[in-house]
Amino acid sequence: MRQPLLFIFLAAACGRGSGDLVAVDGSSTVFPISEAVAEEFSREHKTHVTVGASGTGGGFKKFCNGEIAIAGASRPIKPEEVEMCAKGSIEYIELPVAYDGLAVVVHPSNTWASSMTVAELAKLWAPDAQEKIKKWSDIRPDWPAKEIHLFGAGVDSGTYDYFTQAIVGKEHSSRGDYTSSEDDNVLVHGIASDPLALGFFGYAYYLENKDKLSLVAIDDEKADNGAGPILPSPQTVRDGTYQPLSRPVFIYVGKAATAKPEVAAFVDFYLARGPALVEEVGYIPLPDSAYELVRARFVGRTVGSVFGGKGSKVGVSVEDLLQAG
Amino acid sequence: MPRKRLVGSAARERSIERALLGCASVSIVTTFAILVIFAVETFAFFTEVPLAKFLFDTEWTPLFADAHFGIWPLVAGTLLTSALAIAVAVPFGLLSAIYLGEFAPPRVRRILKPTLELLAGVPTIVYGYFALVVLTPMLQKVIPGLAGLNALSPGIVMGVMIVPMITSLSEDAIQAVPQSLREGAYALGAGRLATIFRVVLPTALSGIAASVVLAVSRAIGETMIVAIAAGQEPRLTADPRVPIETMTTFMVQIGLGDAPTGSLGYRTLFVVGASLFVMTFTANLFSHRLARRFRER
Amino acid sequence: MNRGRPPNRVLERGFVWLCFFATLLPIVVLALLLGDVVITGVGRLSWDFLTSFPSRNPDEAGIYPAVIGSVLLVALTGAFALPVGIATAIYLEEYGKRGRIANLVEINIANLAGVPSIIYGLLGLEVFVRFLGLGRSLLAGALTLGLLVLPIVIMASREALRTVPLEMREAGLALGATQWRTVRSVVLPMALPGILTGSILSVSRAIGEAAPLVMLGAATAMNFVPDGLLSPFTALPIQIFNWTSRPQAGFAVDAAAGIIVLMLTLLVLNGAAIWLRHRIQRRIFR
Repeated sequence: MRQPLLFIFLAAACGRGSGDLVAVDGSSTVFPISEAVAEEFSREHKTHVTVGASGTGGGFKKFCNGEIAIAGASRPIKPEEVEMCAKGSIEYIELPVAYDGLAVVVHPSNTWASSMTVAELAKLWAPDAQEKIKKWSDIRPDWPAKEIHLFGAGVDSGTYDYFTQAIVGKEHSSRGDYTSSEDDNVLVHGIASDPLALGFFGYAYYLENKDKLSLVAIDDEKADNGAGPILPSPQTVRDGTYQPLSRPVFIYVGKAATAKPEVAAFVDFYLARGPALVEEVGYIPLPDSAYELVRARFVGRTVGSVFGGKGSKVGVSVEDLLQAG
Repeated sequence: MPRKRLVGSAARERSIERALLGCASVSIVTTFAILVIFAVETFAFFTEVPLAKFLFDTEWTPLFADAHFGIWPLVAGTLLTSALAIAVAVPFGLLSAIYLGEFAPPRVRRILKPTLELLAGVPTIVYGYFALVVLTPMLQKVIPGLAGLNALSPGIVMGVMIVPMITSLSEDAIQAVPQSLREGAYALGAGRLATIFRVVLPTALSGIAASVVLAVSRAIGETMIVAIAAGQEPRLTADPRVPIETMTTFMVQIGLGDAPTGSLGYRTLFVVGASLFVMTFTANLFSHRLARRFRER
Repeated sequence: MNRGRPPNRVLERGFVWLCFFATLLPIVVLALLLGDVVITGVGRLSWDFLTSFPSRNPDEAGIYPAVIGSVLLVALTGAFALPVGIATAIYLEEYGKRGRIANLVEINIANLAGVPSIIYGLLGLEVFVRFLGLGRSLLAGALTLGLLVLPIVIMASREALRTVPLEMREAGLALGATQWRTVRSVVLPMALPGILTGSILSVSRAIGEAAPLVMLGAATAMNFVPDGLLSPFTALPIQIFNWTSRPQAGFAVDAAAGIIVLMLTLLVLNGAAIWLRHRIQRRIFR
């Protein structure tokens, strides 16, 4: 009974699919952008595109093994990965594609914490805060003497890495007693139902839940990029006044892979139409001049990382790095 | 019978036996492969982190700048959620198996058994969100101090998910008990309850025990339900009302996260996996010995 | 047994009710769970939804590649895991010699049932995708899921084989049949209901897995339908999981609709096995 079915199946099965395929994988933060680009690309091209979300680490591993053409990353490439790519003889072209703003939010009934300084946030999130800072009044004496309930990204996410580096000053260094989740919707749900909550997550999640949350304006106490507390918005992230909580996200493209016309076409499309799509999915486009530099980088197939292959840098503008690199 | 035919069929027998052995070796090779992967990474891990720290530290914060590698908080999380799941699944599973196997009219059984099996097919993500968004708020009204992420909610939901495993397999075993045994008991004057508990269940014990073993394994290895609803805070506690982290949640966190794949942080995935493997192996060894002794009696 | 006392009918009646409610409770929970999902998602179900590709716009997103991927994946997984699992159970139960090695194998299989799915994902990535060079393909995914559900099939089949009385085997052999003939014509048909249960449980497990497939490189979004054993693929749970983690509220509705499709697919896939099991059990045991 199984024989004929098997035969038909095998006959249909010996396909790897039609030849041209653009394989994208990596960060789940960059995924929505890549998905949007693939969607639009499909309207005009018949090329097959797959987009995966196995994480920045998993994406780099596949990339450096030559298994995928494009790796999405929510942070610049790290030394271990530079080494992996060298071993796999993969030359990478680093292309920043958007900003991801990190919003600090509280419950709407929270009338006191409308702005905070970076120093205060650092005090709140530092490792030793686990013992010392338990109430709102521990941060500022005139705030209510009620418990703080903290929410944040999981410790193995780029969001967490960046937050700790930007606020506490050292990656992976924070208190451990906060409600963490990889799924930002869980954090939204948690903060929106707790008047004493404070948390951080991607700006896109705030945008979709504006009616349930309140933003906290951040003051980085540096005069040169906007004085006073700044609220995150597409404007402030783009012009660099909302610091330090905005980070660039990237795609890494294999130089050898660009020899395939479909890959080159896809990346060209990404850099041309990407900026408009980025806003649609809740991220913030880089300044136009930055995109010019990124496109030039791709056209010239310039390899290497402007971040020195050492991971995130806080407080420097992508434009400056691109100009220098 | 002519000798030739005997030889022919004997040769066929042997080749069939070899084919079956080949299939059986797939699972052995799988275990071997898993062990090899574990061994390589675990060895590399322990060249950087002393075993004493792993076994005796009470904090698990491998990705923090100030890293701690004590495994017990994760083990506690796994044991807590699994124990809750089994506490829910075994009673409900057994009772429903008895109902379906002994009391239910055929028409009722025909509907209920597949419906229960549907429970096993609900994607674990759905269970996870159910635990987080429906069950936890419900329980919060009744249990003071129940956090938004806790061990109780996913434990109960896991138990519900596992019920069909116990019910289905146990019910098959109960159904397979020959009617003659039951009739013998009735003839001796035993009522239905006595027959069930003294004749049917002991006869079906092998199947029931197997279903429980499968269920326990499933509970310990469950990933998504706890990842969504139990939290990511490794904590050495027996309190089901607070966020914890299980070994499986941690593994998913690392596996799909941002840590570079060759790093110490990434290696912890394998170390935790290996610990889990050792735990389940010991538990299965123990239950196997126990079941054998019970069977012999 | 009861020391001459007549059986307590009230207790018996109470016990039956207890068992009945115990059976009903998980079903009630299931109804609550699915009820919530159905109410949220049923409005989104449409031919469009089933035949569209993923999109950044929740109202245009569809599950076409995911449904095809899941069906193909489960069919392939079953094609691999069921024969191998049943064969393993037959070998262990009918041909295997009792002893320490046999015990070790039995414990080992129970252990494999408890290995978290993410480990199978890693295993699949290293062995099928990289070592055997199958790439991030449907075949690699199916083999990985096959290994994942194999212990369930083996254990359920073994228990099914154990329910066949020894007398049956002895009768077959006494009539001059070879061991394999006895197994094939006498033991297997009687064990079929339990084997089918095992297949149902394993298919249910396979269809709901997302994490190990994502690890091995399954796509979360693709603009074509898997078209061969070595083609890239995606699956329903992966798509659902992705949608639940997106900020736009419309995606939660899409996810609910996706879950309905998954449950319906499962019903169809299991339907044949359930019907068959019912027929055989009626024939043999009543």
